[in-house]
Amino acid sequence: MVVLGLVIGFPLLGFLVLLAFGKRMGDPGAGWFGTIAVASSFVAAIATWIVLLTKHGSNRTQVLHLFRWFQAGGLRVDVSFRADPLSIVMILFVTGVSAVIHLYSIGYMKRDARFHQFFIYLNLFVFSMLVLVTANNLPLTFLGWEGVGACSYWLISFWFERPTAASAGKKAFIINRIGDMGFLLGTFLVFFNLHSVSYSKVLPEAHQLSSGTAEAIALLFFLAAAGKSAQLPLFTWLLDAMEGPTPVSALIHAATMVTAGVYLMARLSPILALAHAASMTIAIIGVITAFVAAMAATSQTDIKKIVAFSTVSQLGYMMLGIGTGAYIAAIFLMVTHAFYKALIFLSSGSVIHSLDSEQSIRRMGALAKLMPITAWTMIIAWLSIAGVPPFSGFFSKGSVLEDAFGRNELLWVVGVVTALLTAYYMGRLVFVVFYGNARWQEVTHGHDPHESPRIMTIPLIVLAVAAATAGLLNLPYSGLRFLHNWLAPVFGSALVTYHLSSSEKILLPATDAVVALLGIFLAWRLWRRHSERKALEPAVLFKGWYIDTFYDRTFARGGTALAKFSDRVVDPTIVDGAVGGIAWLFRWVGGLGKRVQSGLVRSYLLIMVAGIVVLLAYVLLSAAR
Amino acid sequence: MIVASVISVPQLIVFIVSVVIIAIGGVGLLTARYPVHAALFLVMTLFGVAILFIEEGAEFLAAVQVVVYAGAVVVLFLFVIMLLGVDREEIASFAGDTVRVGLAGVGVVLILAELFVVATGAWATGAHSVAGKLSSGSNIGVLARSVFTTYLLPFELTAALLVIAVVGAVILSRRMGVETTTLDSSPIESGRREVEQ
Amino acid sequence: MTIPGSWYLVVAALLFGLGTFGVLTRRNVIVMFMSVELMLNAVNLTFVTYARMLNDVGGQIAVFFVLVVAAAEVVVGLGIIVAIFRHRATVTVDDISSLKG
Repeated sequence: MVVLGLVIGFPLLGFLVLLAFGKRMGDPGAGWFGTIAVASSFVAAIATWIVLLTKHGSNRTQVLHLFRWFQAGGLRVDVSFRADPLSIVMILFVTGVSAVIHLYSIGYMKRDARFHQFFIYLNLFVFSMLVLVTANNLPLTFLGWEGVGACSYWLISFWFERPTAASAGKKAFIINRIGDMGFLLGTFLVFFNLHSVSYSKVLPEAHQLSSGTAEAIALLFFLAAAGKSAQLPLFTWLLDAMEGPTPVSALIHAATMVTAGVYLMARLSPILALAHAASMTIAIIGVITAFVAAMAATSQTDIKKIVAFSTVSQLGYMMLGIGTGAYIAAIFLMVTHAFYKALIFLSSGSVIHSLDSEQSIRRMGALAKLMPITAWTMIIAWLSIAGVPPFSGFFSKGSVLEDAFGRNELLWVVGVVTALLTAYYMGRLVFVVFYGNARWQEVTHGHDPHESPRIMTIPLIVLAVAAATAGLLNLPYSGLRFLHNWLAPVFGSALVTYHLSSSEKILLPATDAVVALLGIFLAWRLWRRHSERKALEPAVLFKGWYIDTFYDRTFARGGTALAKFSDRVVDPTIVDGAVGGIAWLFRWVGGLGKRVQSGLVRSYLLIMVAGIVVLLAYVLLSAAR
Repeated sequence: MIVASVISVPQLIVFIVSVVIIAIGGVGLLTARYPVHAALFLVMTLFGVAILFIEEGAEFLAAVQVVVYAGAVVVLFLFVIMLLGVDREEIASFAGDTVRVGLAGVGVVLILAELFVVATGAWATGAHSVAGKLSSGSNIGVLARSVFTTYLLPFELTAALLVIAVVGAVILSRRMGVETTTLDSSPIESGRREVEQ
Repeated sequence: MTIPGSWYLVVAALLFGLGTFGVLTRRNVIVMFMSVELMLNAVNLTFVTYARMLNDVGGQIAVFFVLVVAAAEVVVGLGIIVAIFRHRATVTVDDISSLKG
């Protein structure tokens, strides 16, 4: 499995070389180097996949053991990587999407003062993400988990000269810590009960866990996943993360890193299969997140905020799939989502790029004629995410909703309503940005925006093709369910299969398609000629249900108030008081002793006499006894 | 007198007289206004103690007491008193310091009480003699034998001690005089001046 | 019959008390010194008394050494007093308090 080492090694090599020589390579040399490193990794990933294809059944789980990382008592942690159907899917789409986005970044980040640094972070991110998805034990996964978190932090606050970017990075970091706590506690619980942290041992023996323990582990890891994958109530950081450069939003905060939570849950499916209550909780939180974020997305005016809420919403769908036991559907949605969401982001980035960093959709409009490639790729992405057949979203979202229906009709209803909203808000974006009146004269100072350079449009086209056709990966017809057949051995018995009647098998996809078209029709009716409709953009949705405001009021300001209180009261009185009090005590005692040191010989003599009296008394008493 | 019937009268008379001498000397020393008088009272007390030494059979020590103390030490005291020209009245010896005097009195009384307990009790341990019997010969002979045999090393050390004390006294009186002069001329300033030059 | 040793001891104790009181109350350094000599003599008397009571020459030997040490002490002490007087022009102990804390 040396080729797996190459998959991980190329981005690491790229990172190290860029770290050492990136500045000398400059713009665009460093970008090309980083892109080639990731593209090589993608090629190696394909090779790994082919190697696995030649094997059968359980042989498809290959472990690349490098060295022992650390050992403490019974805890043994190796640096070992795992290639199995699940991680291969992750590797393929992570390296593939990363390579495309690297290419796009060369154009997007052109003339940025820290061009080479951007690619250092990107390569480190890809490396960390690959470690995360291929690690064969929980601590190594956590290493990758933290690595992508750190890269996310660096890249969100890449333009740290802007205070908003700097604080957005901090926010992402802090909120992710809450999730990391869940990851660590979950790892401890796994080790405590199964005496190992290696997937090779933990996953086959998961059935030994009592159901209560499994529930606890599942919920703790879901906390981690909720932090990383931006589920309620920890999703607010993802919206601020849009302060980063758009390729970062596309790569990290849409396509790859945020799906790490979903991947983690899929990886731990044997434990999740034992935890029925936790699974239901995950499904409910997922579907509520999907709905809440979709509602909020309908009222945003910042193009990247719309897409960010859309990402949260889609991640909610994936969690719904995880919660209902439809792991393959969730992974399928993750892959297709990576394509179309990256595409949406890159198209948005193309628009933003041509409008001199303008992000408000109020100042866009009528761009379709000026930026045809961007507009058409965006429309493909929109049809995909909306779930219009035969684009990829139709199949992936459809399979998630099918299983949700099998589990509980209510979950399905909410999911379908969210699908309607999805088609609607994306339609709103497309109509307001690319059609209607041109409102960008102020921004561009008269001259017309122009299509982005080829280095940015080629990735758009590649992703558009992928977004349109990714449904082929897993068509809902026996014999064509490639992804299902590929992944099914990984999940085994954990995979829940719902048996739907033949009429339901036709009606459910039909409903999806009708709902998607209805959403598009609504968007067309309402937003074709308008760029602003106060009645449809209530403040509560614009503010994202005030969740962020609530956090700010309670935790952020509460914490600040507590800190100020500590600074004003606790520190001077209690801490300084204790320190100063001790000093004062000793000064006081010293003062008492000082009075003894009067310098008068006769006082000393008096004390001596007192000592003689006491000593004699002691001698007499002890002799008398 | 019951006591007289037990103790031989001459000895008792000698004892009482010497105690009276000691008492007068001691109290006089305490109350004397002039240091010179105090020194003379000290001689008186020392003589009283010497008499008691003789009565206890320590003739050699009595002689040494008179020679060393009365002859040397007190003369040294008087010499210093005269040398320093402090043969004047001491300022308010007891007055204005009643608290300290009272405390001193309490301390002394406590020590006395404890010492009386020691003196009148049977505190002798009955330990065997280490240095030799006192009654085995003449006082001087016994002492000399003991000093030049058992206690030879300490005896030699006292000789060294005396030499050290004499040398120390000489250096003390010379050194301090030198320091006084340098202090007056402010060594730091003069040193700085030297550096500037 | 000789006088009992306890009488001598009582006299010695009284003498010691007088000396202590003198050291504690007098202000003239030289007189304080004399009081110290008084205390030493009281101890000497005790030594001699015990030497007689126990019939041991050790007590008298101790007195012998005390006399020598007392002589040395007087020499050094008076040397210090002379030095202090030269420096401060006083022999009143309460004026000599440079070691005040």
